[in-house]
Amino acid sequence: MALPQAKQTATEERLAALTMPDAGCTRKAREAALARLREMGLPGRRDEYWKYTRPDTLISAEAPSAALFETDEPMMFHEFDRLKIVFIDGVFSAEASDDLTMEGVSIDRLEDICCKDIHWAKELYGVLEARGQTPVQRPLAALNTAYASDGVAIHVTGKPSRPISLIYRHASETSDAILHHVIRVESGAEVTILENGPAASRFNKCMEIDIADGGTLHHIRAQGRDHQRRAATHMFTRMGTESVYKSFTLTVNGVLTRNEQVVELTGDDAVAHVAGACVGDGEFHHDDTVFVTHDAVNCESRQVFKKVLRNGATGVFQGKILVKEGAQKTDGYQISQSLLLDDDSQFLAKPELEIYADDVACSHGSTSGAIDETALFYLRSRGVPTKDATDMLTLAFLAEAVDEIEDEALAEVIVSRLQEWLARRS
Amino acid sequence: MLEIKNLHVKLEEEEKEILKGVDLTVEPGKVHAIMGPNGSGKSTLSYVLSGRDGYEVTAGSAALEGEDLLDLEPEERAAAGLFLAFQYPVEIPGVGNMTFLRTAVNAQRKARGEDELSAADFLKVIRAKAKSLKIDADMLKRPVNVGFSGGEKKRNEILQMAMLEPKMCILDETDSGLDVDAMKLVSEGVNALRDEGRSFLVITHYQRLLDHIKPDVVHIMADGRIVKTGGPDLALEVEHNGYADILAEVN
Repeated sequence: MALPQAKQTATEERLAALTMPDAGCTRKAREAALARLREMGLPGRRDEYWKYTRPDTLISAEAPSAALFETDEPMMFHEFDRLKIVFIDGVFSAEASDDLTMEGVSIDRLEDICCKDIHWAKELYGVLEARGQTPVQRPLAALNTAYASDGVAIHVTGKPSRPISLIYRHASETSDAILHHVIRVESGAEVTILENGPAASRFNKCMEIDIADGGTLHHIRAQGRDHQRRAATHMFTRMGTESVYKSFTLTVNGVLTRNEQVVELTGDDAVAHVAGACVGDGEFHHDDTVFVTHDAVNCESRQVFKKVLRNGATGVFQGKILVKEGAQKTDGYQISQSLLLDDDSQFLAKPELEIYADDVACSHGSTSGAIDETALFYLRSRGVPTKDATDMLTLAFLAEAVDEIEDEALAEVIVSRLQEWLARRS
Repeated sequence: MLEIKNLHVKLEEEEKEILKGVDLTVEPGKVHAIMGPNGSGKSTLSYVLSGRDGYEVTAGSAALEGEDLLDLEPEERAAAGLFLAFQYPVEIPGVGNMTFLRTAVNAQRKARGEDELSAADFLKVIRAKAKSLKIDADMLKRPVNVGFSGGEKKRNEILQMAMLEPKMCILDETDSGLDVDAMKLVSEGVNALRDEGRSFLVITHYQRLLDHIKPDVVHIMADGRIVKTGGPDLALEVEHNGYADILAEVN
């Protein structure tokens, strides 16, 4: 079916501003992605999946400029011993990065594998993204696969002693970065991936994660800093038998963020937790779009998303659990909640369950509310000043999501960042 | 210590007057009990004194050691030495009991210009006080009142009182929902805090709590006023004859 004219025009205008990198072994995947994208067209305002988030500035030919956040504060996770991989405005910086060798893992820059005809990543690049295009289209991810200019391929074969830390620095006010990472976690291997930084004025990031039987991947991400940055990110995760995937995202600041998580549980007894805490103030729009597919027996999935919004900020949650026929004993849980600190902020939620197996336990809930006045009075009656009491209740509200982080030291860093955000309020 | 004069209070949203001229003076070191039938305004009095929203004082005054309470925010009243043990202690998921108590203790100390307690000192004090109330380490770690039994919640209120060391303690139906053993434990906790510089206002329906916490003065409240004041015997009279006789006598 032909695309509506407006959509086709918008798509071609965007594509005209891009150049496909000289791509070696990813060439075929990129061309296929471009063909997919041309068929779908870039998202428009009238697309159901973009009902609550305006895609205009994410698809425009030029990235809207974003001022840099002036601060002397060190970036997140600076106190952790980790292997740093640094991108500045979406370009890998060998100078700022650590040596990429570590026991239990091999890391290649996308550019390097592009020159090779054979590489394990070829079997993954664009593959999970393509699978993730049904039943819902994700055109920005296809665009990413076709045009990604940088990224890394991480092959985890053991249990590396340090987390791998992807750091996205932002240096130019008009940067428009497209990064694509592929990660394969082999059977029994385990890794922690950290991500942080604003990356660029506009950031399109795609991560494809393939976790083999018994593999484990922890992912902790902190998006923040620059108030005017925009980001559209996709994480596609395919999970084997008894594999574990735990992802947590903290979002502070940013005029527009759309984070899509597409998780497919394909092996029995796998466990997937995706969680997020976001705090937004003023011109802030944050969208968590999650799609979890259960296609195996006795798997567990949890979605826990909490948003604190004030001064007209907007939060969006679109979360789905799809339980396919035969995915018996599925344990699916989904909760999305917002704490609205004033009447100007809004939370838009679309929780969905679609179940084709008869022996499953799935639950979902979504709430939106103000600070609990009774609890506030209780704290104040014990001598806690109103602002401190409000902050305590706000952190308590976010705790269920932060608790999804297994590593206590990392969880503490997230909490302290949230406390800083609260403290910034006059 | 506490001086309430001709206090008139109505609900903010409605015209209904709940307190219709309460006069009450509590001297330092004394335990006063307020008894009265349902709807007489006992709990409203405790809420108004602690500064809860939703009430409007239309006349009268309430002062703690000469300081006008009604002008202060709830947290300022707490720092001034007022404490309300809630009839229904509030559950606060996500806030650890210990964190809550330490924040409260230090907020009050700070408001009074005193040094904050270090984590180690705080821990030492709370452990000793928790032990005497049979509150174990687990209860201290759990979120405030979440999953606590009725008795545990009331013991937790008394622990807060013990930690905050207020001058004026108001106990709002602290006996409700308690079995005999729990009532004894809570009462012992209260009695341990009795001190010549500390006063108590014990609000209760029943005389049985007053067997454990012996009052110096007993007031009967009805229809928004203190209608009768007497010694401990007055509570016994209520227990034997109910409120009807007293109210008939007053009217």
